[in-house]
Amino acid sequence: MDVLRVEGLKAFYIVESAGEQRAVKAVNDVSLSVRENEVLGIAGESGCGKSTLLKSLLGNIRPPLRHMGGKVTYLQGEREVDILSLGKEERQKLMWQHISYVPQGSLSVLNPVRRIGDTFRSFVGAHLEIKKEPGRFESLVKRHLEDLGLPVDTLKAYPHQLSGGMRQRVTIALATILKPRLILADEPSTALDVVVQRGVIQLLRDIQTEQRNTIVMVTHDMAIHANISDRVAIMYAGRIIEEAPVEQIFMKPLHPYTQYLIGSLPRIGDKSHRISAPGAPPSLVSLPPGCAFHPRCPQAKPICRQEIPALSLAAKEHRVACFLAAKEDADVDSTEAAGSR
Amino acid sequence: MFKVLTSLLRQDKRFLFGFIVMVILLAGGALAGFSPHDPRLWSVVPRDLPPSSKYWLGTNSMGQDVFWQALWAIRNSLVMAVIAVVSSRIIAVAAGLLAGYRGGLIDRVLMTVTDSFVILPLLPILILITSIFKSRLSVTSLGILLGIFGWAWDARVIRSQVLSLREREFTYTAILSGMSTGRIIFREYMPFIFPLITATAMNNMLWAIGMEVTLAVLGLVSLEVPTLGTMIHWAVNSQAMLLGIWWWILTPVVLCVFIFLALYLLSLSINQFLDPRVRVQRLQEIKG
Amino acid sequence: MPFLKRYLLPRIVQYLVVIFIGGTLVFIIPRLMPVDPVQQTLQRITIQGAFLDPRAIEQIRETLLELYGLKGSLMEQYFALWHRLLRGDFGPSYVQFPTPVMTLIKISLPWTVGLLVTTTVLSWTVGNILGGIAAYYSHRRWAQLMENVAMVIRPIPYYIIALALLLLLAYAVPIFPVTGGFSIGRSFVLSWGLVLDILKHAFLPALSLAIVGTATWFMTMRLLVSNLLAEDYIVYAQIAGVQDGEILYNYAIRNAMLPQVTGLTLSLGQIFGGALITETVFSYPGLGTLLYSSINSGDYNLMMGITLLSVVAIATGVLIMDLIYPFLDPRIRYE
Repeated sequence: MDVLRVEGLKAFYIVESAGEQRAVKAVNDVSLSVRENEVLGIAGESGCGKSTLLKSLLGNIRPPLRHMGGKVTYLQGEREVDILSLGKEERQKLMWQHISYVPQGSLSVLNPVRRIGDTFRSFVGAHLEIKKEPGRFESLVKRHLEDLGLPVDTLKAYPHQLSGGMRQRVTIALATILKPRLILADEPSTALDVVVQRGVIQLLRDIQTEQRNTIVMVTHDMAIHANISDRVAIMYAGRIIEEAPVEQIFMKPLHPYTQYLIGSLPRIGDKSHRISAPGAPPSLVSLPPGCAFHPRCPQAKPICRQEIPALSLAAKEHRVACFLAAKEDADVDSTEAAGSR
Repeated sequence: MFKVLTSLLRQDKRFLFGFIVMVILLAGGALAGFSPHDPRLWSVVPRDLPPSSKYWLGTNSMGQDVFWQALWAIRNSLVMAVIAVVSSRIIAVAAGLLAGYRGGLIDRVLMTVTDSFVILPLLPILILITSIFKSRLSVTSLGILLGIFGWAWDARVIRSQVLSLREREFTYTAILSGMSTGRIIFREYMPFIFPLITATAMNNMLWAIGMEVTLAVLGLVSLEVPTLGTMIHWAVNSQAMLLGIWWWILTPVVLCVFIFLALYLLSLSINQFLDPRVRVQRLQEIKG
Repeated sequence: MPFLKRYLLPRIVQYLVVIFIGGTLVFIIPRLMPVDPVQQTLQRITIQGAFLDPRAIEQIRETLLELYGLKGSLMEQYFALWHRLLRGDFGPSYVQFPTPVMTLIKISLPWTVGLLVTTTVLSWTVGNILGGIAAYYSHRRWAQLMENVAMVIRPIPYYIIALALLLLLAYAVPIFPVTGGFSIGRSFVLSWGLVLDILKHAFLPALSLAIVGTATWFMTMRLLVSNLLAEDYIVYAQIAGVQDGEILYNYAIRNAMLPQVTGLTLSLGQIFGGALITETVFSYPGLGTLLYSSINSGDYNLMMGITLLSVVAIATGVLIMDLIYPFLDPRIRYE
């Protein structure tokens, strides 16, 4: 069962410099589907468009970012909702109770002049009638924090009084208090040190097991994907170039870029030299023709410089956008593979 | 520099408006030299004539041509403001650089003095000073006086910029490579500080012209020298409005409004241009 | 207590330094004056016709030197000045001799304070609220209209606005009285009539101050809030579906208020300037008019007194605000 379907999504930053309009193609024709109760990881280097993709999934598209085409459909039982065509109020109703968001960098996302408890109150109050039922909010928050193993005293603190790890836990608690079906998390552990990272990721995992919800997890950190994700989608230059169950991605990556990404990870006992992809990711303003990765790809063929490879099924549950990898299963229609499940 | 100017002119209507007004006013001020009359003399033309083809903005009760008087006023007010701006920039940059770069005790002492000048009620103090010198205050000395009192806030702005520059990589590199303090400041810091000087200069100019008008209205400057302030002073004191000589009072008032609006829009626009957030975005665009 | 040492102590030092600089300036400036105030007063006394023998004149001179704080060396005079100031004694007025400056100030002060406190608080509140709303809904037409109006009013010198209001609402359309703080010849028995009379006279000066003040606070608040709107915590709250009113008040305005509180105290200095112009334009019987008349009559002791008083008032205001600030910003309170 899918809970979210993205079809041909395009979201560009339109910027003006010296009177000239340019498009930064941050999300360029992305299609993917998210299944119920899974953790879908989205990985890629910084600047590949993964955070912008998440913004678009949230319907948080504001200038200079612009929606240039495609659909983001949430499935609530029988109901299908295209979040990008919703009005502001309807979108607000969908948020937090159905879709929730754990942002990146948690000091700046908490209002510095209000206590944590007040922030909880305004977030919960936006969706539940808590003014008419005294005590409802208090007991709800208290139970939720206890469930997550956070001290209830945190509610009395101001954001700057908490440690980085605690603040990130607070934002996770804030995002999950209404038991949303879907949690979109944007680099939730990036700013933290490794030990704290583990705890934060474990917390998300526990919540997912407990509340049986779905998580879309954006992070550049492949180790975290190995830890928590069921499936991983790799983004490069605004497109998804490979998508597969997590074991497949790590054991049998098909796209040369993914191979570099996996190859650069340290492995216990392996002392051989780690190689990362040569060169730098392309500018999203002027993408190279054909496959965006071809200037860095050691195996590039003439066709890679001319045509953009489609994301197509290469093995069971395994899709890849590469002329080199997909040729064995070239007969599988790519659009069908994208939208059928 | 030129590139920044053209892109501001093209992108920001507020900047364009302010720039055009200032260019026109500067040109007007420059034309004052061609005036057929000595602006300090009375009774050079018939009195109280309304605007006509001969006297474009009419004449006043003192027998002066309002048009030429206004050009002189623009010129003197701008010269006074520029002197004030330049002298206060010198103090502000010196104090800001010294405090920010040296830090420690020097910083604390300088900032306490700076804050005192921010807090001190400047108008009564300036009134006290000008009421002593009154008619002996030339355009130049008034400019310098305003410069001495108008630097404090901008010194703070510059200091905080230097503080952040001092923590950056290139400062360490420069120090380690044996660059002298003076060279670090002028070579490495000036490109960052110069835009701040321009932005604060607009606000300071606004303040200086406004202060001159206030002091002149109170009769605390040399009243024979035509400035925007003294023009208003004479017009108000001669009951120009009650006597129906509206061109006399309206000319300096309208000029004031235009100068102030132009300078204000320029400073808004430059400040927005310098806003770090917008700046980063712009840099990324250029890179992209 | 690190809070005391790191936060409070520097501010108290700052307070004393401001008063020290202010007092020293006020001491130095009149001594640059070419006229000798003692000689001036003596002349005034002798012109009034009384014949005095030289010994009596010498005695009066001594007394005057003492009263004006001009006795002894410069250093002695300087210390004597501080000694007198600490007792709140600014000496006698030169012109309305021998009335003490403090008495004259006490008569005028309530008028100015009443006018300024009301208009400042009012325009600060209204300007901040409107500025916050206009920034939050910046794409709406009414918000842009408000911004344009404020943008034109803000840079116009206060003097010109006051003058325009006076010409418009007192001469052209005579709704309000032209001058004064009350009708001439009115008895000062507390009654509704008196209150109404005072309010009616205060209306135009108050309106002029409120227009300029509101426009200024509006513009700064608009800028502050529109910068804040890009902050992560506001975007996050918006994504979470928190209502606009809640975000505007508890997120945007609450945070933008902090620099505005500081701005309020710093503007006290400009308010004293505003009062001077307001009161001279509208002939309002406050401190500004007193200062203006002291300028015209060359009453330097009175000018010094008013200047010092405004230095002390502003420095104290800033200190009080600094003491209140930690209650507004938890980041300082729990440093």
